[in-house]
Amino acid sequence: MTTTAEPTTTELGKARTRKEDARLITGRTRFTDSITPHGTLHLHVVRSPIAHATITSVDKSAAEASPGVIGVFTAADLGVEAVGLPCAWPITPDMKAPQRPLLASSTVHFAGEGVVVVVARTAAEARDAGDLVEIDYDALEPVLDMEAALAEGATLVHPDLGTNENATWVFDSGAAGTGASVDEAIAAAEADPDSIVLRRRFRQQRLIPAFMEPRSCVVDPTGEQITVWAATQVPHILRTMTTVTLGVPESKLRVIAPDVGGGFGGKIGVLPEEMLCVAIAQRLGKPVKWTETRSESLLAAHHGRDQIQDLTITAKKDGTVTGLDVHLLADMGAYLGLVGPGVPILGAFMFNAIYKIPALKFTCTNVFTTKTLTDAYRGAGRPEATFGIERIMDELAVELGRDPMDLRKQNWITHEEFPFTTVVGLTYDSGNYEQATDQAMATFDYAGLRREQEERRARGDKVQLGIGISTFTEMCGLAPSRVLGSLAYGAGGWEAASIRMLATGKVEVITGASAHGQGHETAFSQIVADQLGVPFEDVEILHGDTQISPKGLDTYGSRSLVVGGIAIVKAAEKVVAKAKKLAAHLLEASEDDIEFNAGQFTVRGTDKGKAIQELAFAAFMAHDYPEDMEPSLDSDAVYDPENFSFPHGTHLAAMEIDTETGKVSLRRYVCVDDIGNVVNPLIVEGQVHGGLAQGIAQALFEEANYDDQGTLVNGTFVDYTLPSAADLPSFESSTVSTPATSNPLGVKGVGEAGTIASTPAIVNGVIDALRHLGVTNVEMPTTSQRVWRAIQEAKGNSTQETPIDTHSPGAGLGSIDPNNPQGEVQ
Amino acid sequence: MAQVRVTVDGVNYADDVEPRMLLVQYLRERLGKTGTVVGCDTSNCGACTVHLNGQSVKSCSVLAVQADGAEVLTIEGLARDGELHPVQKAFNECHGLQCGYCTPGMIMAAVDLLGDNPDPDETEVREGIEGNLCRCTGYQNIVRSVQRAAQMMKPGASVPTESPAPVAGGN
Repeated sequence: MTTTAEPTTTELGKARTRKEDARLITGRTRFTDSITPHGTLHLHVVRSPIAHATITSVDKSAAEASPGVIGVFTAADLGVEAVGLPCAWPITPDMKAPQRPLLASSTVHFAGEGVVVVVARTAAEARDAGDLVEIDYDALEPVLDMEAALAEGATLVHPDLGTNENATWVFDSGAAGTGASVDEAIAAAEADPDSIVLRRRFRQQRLIPAFMEPRSCVVDPTGEQITVWAATQVPHILRTMTTVTLGVPESKLRVIAPDVGGGFGGKIGVLPEEMLCVAIAQRLGKPVKWTETRSESLLAAHHGRDQIQDLTITAKKDGTVTGLDVHLLADMGAYLGLVGPGVPILGAFMFNAIYKIPALKFTCTNVFTTKTLTDAYRGAGRPEATFGIERIMDELAVELGRDPMDLRKQNWITHEEFPFTTVVGLTYDSGNYEQATDQAMATFDYAGLRREQEERRARGDKVQLGIGISTFTEMCGLAPSRVLGSLAYGAGGWEAASIRMLATGKVEVITGASAHGQGHETAFSQIVADQLGVPFEDVEILHGDTQISPKGLDTYGSRSLVVGGIAIVKAAEKVVAKAKKLAAHLLEASEDDIEFNAGQFTVRGTDKGKAIQELAFAAFMAHDYPEDMEPSLDSDAVYDPENFSFPHGTHLAAMEIDTETGKVSLRRYVCVDDIGNVVNPLIVEGQVHGGLAQGIAQALFEEANYDDQGTLVNGTFVDYTLPSAADLPSFESSTVSTPATSNPLGVKGVGEAGTIASTPAIVNGVIDALRHLGVTNVEMPTTSQRVWRAIQEAKGNSTQETPIDTHSPGAGLGSIDPNNPQGEVQ
Repeated sequence: MAQVRVTVDGVNYADDVEPRMLLVQYLRERLGKTGTVVGCDTSNCGACTVHLNGQSVKSCSVLAVQADGAEVLTIEGLARDGELHPVQKAFNECHGLQCGYCTPGMIMAAVDLLGDNPDPDETEVREGIEGNLCRCTGYQNIVRSVQRAAQMMKPGASVPTESPAPVAGGN
């Protein structure tokens, strides 16, 4: 009555196809917008088209008279004027934090901010009525440029704060005692003829996460608990924050993240629309639904990145790096997201990357502007840092006349030096940069491509070759709770798991991680199959519902396996311990004589034994069990990691650039990632591919562009250009393994690695192709237009200024190229 | 109101619809065919792709009334008698999906592509599915899936396939 297949003990490392696919490839899915309880009313949010304005009047009368309309509400109508959305990361004690309202009452602070919400019988009727709401605005000066926003006399986004500065956060290795003083390193380098000081400014453009499933929320207030379905990465955090925000007792809320169509950090927030759904459902006593359009999503869902980076690196002329001074300006947008102010701060710990930099200072000033707020986007702080250090290592190599890989090798932590405590006080537990790099360079034929590059330069080919390098590491698996506490983060970093041994031998595993495409159901089943010696098929992973999985901290920061997966291992160990005790009792043996292997508990030296499924059944029957135990094998665990995990890798890009047109082509991309032990190579490969595509998209394709009035001008998928299949090549990705020593599975995170690593590899490659022409920088995205301009400018030719660089001129609203206003094909 | 008579996944329907109702809204809201999803509002993403009289269309850019008299096939009707279509099998075997939101449209587009070109090379696959966006996979395993399906669909092909893992209520 128990097993349905032979147990295996070799699940880890097996390329299992995914359990979750069966429903996803047949349309048997349950995404939030597909859930419509009987009697559901539909919400539509009327948004400000203006970035910064005073609301002078709101006329709802025509909308209220529109067919099917139940109500038209301002914040005052709903009594939520005093309600503010949470920011859970006060990075400094005196951080300036404006209250983000559910709907703007007197002033709008970014184009896309909600002002009025319409409730109607159908979504179409709600939108029709929304068009009839008359809102008058008095425009105020938009605040768009970070440096101008900090200047004396600047227009203030929130006048009551007295400044556009959210906070300035500083880490100084000299002051912290984790390294030397950067000021001294710079002074020493400036005084030393055998040293150099190199300063560079880089820009991280504004990006949009652009998950494929638009955000959606359904709230059903009928019954004892209010049920919230949300397209969210963080159902547990959403529940707690709904209580904090609206005062609904946490025990009266059930939050469900059903199938969720991607997140990439973009679904980590607590949304005004989610809170409006709860408030309106309570008020009307009926289920309500809000689903955004794609254009609303691009406009009003949080954006990512948007930094100006001023870096100073000092080195001896022999190549030894002696110090790095980092000054960042980070655009918060109009308000603070849930973890928005902390995102750039995560970069503080990654600017030293894989290098033995003895002195590092990191200063980040967060700035308010009248743009959409920014918050986590895949990598969150670490792609920005990796881009900065990997770009400036290339610049340093050029200054010193060195091969960029040789310069990196000279400065990186060698594999004998692990565990290694870095200049910012993190302890990298394991790694082998030589191994990953050697394999990547061999696959890439680095020497051969360098020869080809030389030949093409010598011939003056129209299409030039560039080689881009990124040797990255990242800290992931957020995070040890005490570390988060030291950074004033508003939560811990533990994860919870429970295992229920069912009477029929099946195993239910409850995790606090909340998958939205990662394949947890498969990977976690593999872990449990190995731990308990049960068939992979007999394991069911339950997640994403606070009534089923009452405790959890959800999925972000590449934490699900290295924190959530380890919590499952800890729960499984407790199951085995209980089963061993029961087995000893039933087999009339001493517990010390019971051996556990592949699902079988046997008495040492005999053929007497019990399968774990038999013990689960015996515990269920409870006819015969030891007096000092409860009749159950079920177990819970909460795991708080001791350290981050530190995946690393070497990524190499071969870029080809047509120097006459500026056309950029990615010819080859080779990467070797060290993510420790691999649970499922198929899933790992998928995570790397997808991560690469997003990082490459930052380098080549994507930017959220605002005009001088603060209007997002590429707010549709016509002109916010996600790469299509035709825009990308196949990648040559592989892995090597230096197991993590910080967790029992030896695993590291992989979800963000590709995104963190790939952006600088591409941009270094673009510039490497053009360097001999005198080009020293091309801002991202390195579009054909920007590359062409950079080449012309290096030649001393003038080019007509384009106020907004969209790379698909004429393709959509706002993307008009003044050089070609009709968008004619040339 | 206008009347629409349409066959969807082998079932005949006759409904009164608003003239402005999109085919995707009709499928999701009237017929409960929520396996087909909406990803954008500018017909760029292709998540809503279905077959209309055997041709792939973005069901957000077809009015329900335009489907009058037509035969519509959605992702929910692709498997026959519990047997997955080779493209569905290949997406599972080659890990051609992660979050799965683009997958219904991507599979329907791929089926149509293979109808037109039974043995596409990598470039032809990439260009053939250009109208369907995916944010998770980087497309590489989608391309592999389509090419693997092409092999499975060749007359007389005996490519070994592995079934997706069974789940409760699955087929």
